[in-house]
Amino acid sequence: MSKTPLQFRHNGRDVAIFVDGGTNLLVALRELIGDMTPKFGCGQGGCGTCSVLIDGETHLSCLTLAETIAGRSIETLDGMKQGPNLHPLQRAFADNFAAQCGYCTPGMLMAAKALLDRNPSPSRADVIEAISGNICRCTGYEPIINAILGAAGGRASA
Amino acid sequence: MAVTVKTFASAGEAAGALSSDRSARYLGGGTLVMRALNEGDVSVSTIVRARDQALTRIDASGPRVTLGAGVSFARVLAERDLAFLHAPARSIGGPAVRNMGTVGGNLFAPNPYGDFTVALLALDATIAVQGSFGARDIAIEEFLQSRERQSGALVLSVSCTRPASAEAFRYRKIARIKPKGGSVITLAAHLPVSGGRIAGARIALGSMAPTQIRAKGAERALEGRSLDAATIAAAASAASEGTSPSDNALGSAWYRREIVGVHLRRLLSGQE
Repeated sequence: MSKTPLQFRHNGRDVAIFVDGGTNLLVALRELIGDMTPKFGCGQGGCGTCSVLIDGETHLSCLTLAETIAGRSIETLDGMKQGPNLHPLQRAFADNFAAQCGYCTPGMLMAAKALLDRNPSPSRADVIEAISGNICRCTGYEPIINAILGAAGGRASA
Repeated sequence: MAVTVKTFASAGEAAGALSSDRSARYLGGGTLVMRALNEGDVSVSTIVRARDQALTRIDASGPRVTLGAGVSFARVLAERDLAFLHAPARSIGGPAVRNMGTVGGNLFAPNPYGDFTVALLALDATIAVQGSFGARDIAIEEFLQSRERQSGALVLSVSCTRPASAEAFRYRKIARIKPKGGSVITLAAHLPVSGGRIAGARIALGSMAPTQIRAKGAERALEGRSLDAATIAAAASAASEGTSPSDNALGSAWYRREIVGVHLRRLLSGQE
């Protein structure tokens, strides 16, 4: 089976890889790019921990055929940090104890980033809606919601 | 297992590739096909794609609405002219799934999914498909009844007539996990009114049979009558007629039969 060349932007950097037919984006990112921040959860689109941004929209990398991202821009948690500083959302998650086991955190942060990029002053209902596709197995949703609202407040006052 | 990915510029070429290869599956948003691959489904050895822009076109300006099969639920939600379809689109998955999942793919989603299709069934939608026989339109009910045999055909678009008013079309999804989650049952009702009486009632149910079905007993109870308490009670008591739900982790067949009338009564009487 021949491999297919694939070029795309990964956290602002151009990358070129070869993928087997049918490879999903999660596998391409973790095994071919070495970006281990998106996690494999269910492989069915139910848990959201593999969430990445494709051209600014939240997508599930486990259900994205790698070949469909040719020429597009992918953002993952690996590219969220701003130089030596944490992104305001990452800081808010730390300050609000929003990561328990931490497995859902990469997807939660990407879903939250997509929301705040689009709507810098979300309501609580907006936040709940934005993370509704992301399952926290520790059922720690309240600190996560508070962290996202806190980051939005910080952004608004910055 | 590696699969062969074939990408075509036109829907016609993709339809040709799909109809000539039993192991080929069309990739829309990926929420069904990629899931199957992740689960090790060896029956899929070829993935067919099309870059045809006609597949993502929305025509929502007139009384007849047409959605390309590749239109995502997020795009339905972004379209003000499609407000009557916002509730079914919003009831599917979280934002990521709605960014990916497509109107055409939803027609093939097995229970407990396929909620958007329930709405389309109540709206008497028409499905445009292209296969080895060429392109043709199929009534959605006929399409769903032969869904297993449609895998070699490419869905091009779905179209339906816009409901006359917001009151005329109602939708409700019963799920244990909110705001997302698989369907325990899903209900949609299209109730056109002529001279104060219902004319052409359509009630559609999801998760009450192997595919989405119409509740024809309930429709008969509504037809030609005004939507009063007695009519609603009659429709509710007929709601489970002809259904054949199955047991799954979200609910038993018994439970689904017990609650379908309750939720139809609430839907028809406008209760939350």
